[in-house]
Amino acid sequence: MYQEIFSKYTPTRDNLIYILHDIQDSHPQHYISEEAVQAVSDYLSLPANHIYGVLTFYSMYSTTPRGKYIIRLCESPHCYIRGSENILRKLKNTLNVSIGNTSKDGLFTLELCACLGVCGNAPVMMINDDVYGDLTEDKVDDILAKLREVK
Amino acid sequence: MKTLADLKKIREKAQEEMKLRGSNVRIKIVVGMGTSGIAMGAREVMKAFLEEISQRNLTDVLVTQTGEKGLSSLEPVVDVIEEGKDKVTYGNMTPEKVRKVVVEHIVNGRAVSDYIVSTGS
Amino acid sequence: MSLKRIDLLICCGSGCVSAGALKIKDKIQSILTDKGLLQEINIIETGCMGPCDYGPVMVVYPEGVFYKKVTVEDAEELVEEHFIKGRPVKRLMLQDEEKQLLSTQKDIPFYQKQVKVALANCGYIDPESLDEYIALGGYEALGNILTGMTTEQTIELVIKSGLRGRGGGGFPTGMKWKFASSSKSDQKYIICNGDEGDPGAFMDRSLLEGDPHRVLEGMMIAAYAIGASKGFFYIRAEYPLAIKRIKHAIEQAKEAGLMGTGIFGTKFSFDAEVRTGAGAFVCGEETALIHSIEGLRGHPTPKPPFPSDKGLWGKPSVVNNVETLANLPTIFLKGAEWFATMGTETSKGTKVFALTGDVKNTGLVEVPMGITLREMIFDVGGGIVGDKGFKAVQLGGPSGGCLTSEHLDVPVDYETLKAKGAMMGSGGVIVMNDTNCMVSIAKFFLDFSVEESCGKCSPCRIGLKQMLDIMERITSGNGKEGDIEELVQLGGAIKELSLCGLGQTAPNPVLSTIRYFRHEYEAHIKDHACATSVCLDLMHFMIDKAKCIGCSLCARKCPVSCISGSKEEKYTIHQTDCVKCGTCMEVCPVKAISKVPVMHDEVKASREARKKQLESEE
Repeated sequence: MYQEIFSKYTPTRDNLIYILHDIQDSHPQHYISEEAVQAVSDYLSLPANHIYGVLTFYSMYSTTPRGKYIIRLCESPHCYIRGSENILRKLKNTLNVSIGNTSKDGLFTLELCACLGVCGNAPVMMINDDVYGDLTEDKVDDILAKLREVK
Repeated sequence: MKTLADLKKIREKAQEEMKLRGSNVRIKIVVGMGTSGIAMGAREVMKAFLEEISQRNLTDVLVTQTGEKGLSSLEPVVDVIEEGKDKVTYGNMTPEKVRKVVVEHIVNGRAVSDYIVSTGS
Repeated sequence: MSLKRIDLLICCGSGCVSAGALKIKDKIQSILTDKGLLQEINIIETGCMGPCDYGPVMVVYPEGVFYKKVTVEDAEELVEEHFIKGRPVKRLMLQDEEKQLLSTQKDIPFYQKQVKVALANCGYIDPESLDEYIALGGYEALGNILTGMTTEQTIELVIKSGLRGRGGGGFPTGMKWKFASSSKSDQKYIICNGDEGDPGAFMDRSLLEGDPHRVLEGMMIAAYAIGASKGFFYIRAEYPLAIKRIKHAIEQAKEAGLMGTGIFGTKFSFDAEVRTGAGAFVCGEETALIHSIEGLRGHPTPKPPFPSDKGLWGKPSVVNNVETLANLPTIFLKGAEWFATMGTETSKGTKVFALTGDVKNTGLVEVPMGITLREMIFDVGGGIVGDKGFKAVQLGGPSGGCLTSEHLDVPVDYETLKAKGAMMGSGGVIVMNDTNCMVSIAKFFLDFSVEESCGKCSPCRIGLKQMLDIMERITSGNGKEGDIEELVQLGGAIKELSLCGLGQTAPNPVLSTIRYFRHEYEAHIKDHACATSVCLDLMHFMIDKAKCIGCSLCARKCPVSCISGSKEEKYTIHQTDCVKCGTCMEVCPVKAISKVPVMHDEVKASREARKKQLESEE
């Protein structure tokens, strides 16, 4: 299953980060399994511990299964000044999860992230590749409801 | 693209496409598009201007619109505004008259006195 | 045959998109389709226009009418009134304080003091159109250089312009090139640093999204100057749109023959690739960035060797920031002298700042170097939101420092800011009103740096954590005599001893706030008081019995049931149990509850008792 991804990249070390991105993005649970690490290790002829070293250094990778939607709430000072704490509480309560965990229905994983660069519209969060700004607690309800409908 | 001259050619063509945003405009044609103007056929008049200008490839002429001008009985009303000259206002315009205005006034620089309702600012 | 009569420019920068710009665009498009007007109206998705606070924003040409805070519901009216009848919709236009309409962009004060060089096309052209970039002079600088200038002349011109790195360090760009140019090697690399990570700075994102060809042209000019035939854009993975746009620009340039072999009929060949990060702030540091491209953990390494000697894969490399590259095409079109007329003695040209926080007009602004903070915050930014007063401004993100009202008239340039304890950084400007507690703001920035420290060198890894512990102690009411001195000492050592820019600058927010707001630290430690009531341990809520009507609403709403009393005796908060949620204050119908900015004596006593008990148990 990884062959398709590997075929896009030459087996050199500098492609590691992109291969890991692709593997993670193509997995419905957005994570990189032990088996995947082994496959990458074989393809790039790199020891698995090197791959784990890189994998755990960068915050966007996960070694545990995650939800269909990854919610990254910005925790930078701007969003904090503009009330990201309230949004965090709202997300935690609505989804009934703590930071880093996935909701029971397997749909949402709640994470915090560094600045998303949309500070003029703080507080902001990113769900997969989409950014949502000027968040309020009501808006969070709307956004989550719409994503639930997509299925 | 291999030379600076090639680049220049592309630039000139692209500038033409962007003239609505640009400053390279010699004549501005302003069509009055209030409710009564539209009722009297201002949309067709504007369309006729756009078509004529485009067919003749007049790159420095801009067609735009404005609201009611208060000349209801003369609608559709059109202003021709040229840098350094008095504004010319035409009334009771039709697509046929448009063609004449474009040829006489816009291209040859002679206002069509028959259609003029006022001049000056 | 073009029948277009209106150019509708919809800002599709990340700010406006996050506020729903794309939905509005779709709606307008569908209305225009229904009315058969699609061929008369050109809808253009542009990059960031700047005033993010007013998003979604759009501009309608030829008149240049500026609309703010447009919603999907407004689409119908816009089409009907403005596009069909030519009557701009006044309620969506900006007004000044005297309710005068500010109909076009040039009427708006936010734009008036700005001078756009790097951002010249941002928000004005379609970033996915190579033609529009060319229409505004794009690739002409590159063509002129390749066909008429030697590499030495190219470098000399940049040195003469006085351009310095816009990413933080402020190193003269031309000098960096000169070093790399004189390194002998079969292969050299030019790298664009798009790993903008300073919280509160988003100019790189906007440039990459709004005018990607400008950055690409800048990169090619740099490549020619140093003798590189290959370039890399290293962009944060958090910026998917920026990645998409720059990839698209590279494709277009290749198709048009602006990249590849024999560009403009010369011997110069160039190819570029996009590489992405995966969430690590430290990768903005150039050696860490290089390691990340190589497929390693993004750890910095000591310099020397500098990348200009041994960079990517051991080859001479130049790492230039996005904004630095974006300045280049204009410098070459208008000349080094023109560029050097703007700015101060040591800092030339313009700088893009991301204006955020408690300021009226948040967004991206580009101003000449040397402008005063007052002009930037009050003229461009429109001053403080609401009726609050100005307290401080944080410049340069987690690497920078806070300045106060006494600095409002200092010119903004690299040296002045550094001397005052702040930093240009990448240009993040956070304006704070007088409800902000400087100690907790500093703690917040420090917390960020602790999170993002890569852990390679101990001053940064251990030292910053030590500082954070002290800051947490102070803000929770457990500060001790000597804490401030210890912070200063630790901070100084970390700055001296850290390996890379992250550690070398991370203590700045704490040190600068100690320098200018020492009294706040002292109040936190000695008086157990937080004047702004931000630090919850250093404040309490109090019910004014004279005002209390005994309605019991506060007691019923209190989540921890720490309020008791009766209609006759009125109500009292049991301070030791209070969690400071503020619900009581919100619900009180007669506003009898207020914040008192100091730790309550009962809490103090109970803490001391507990401490004694713990000591005796030991």
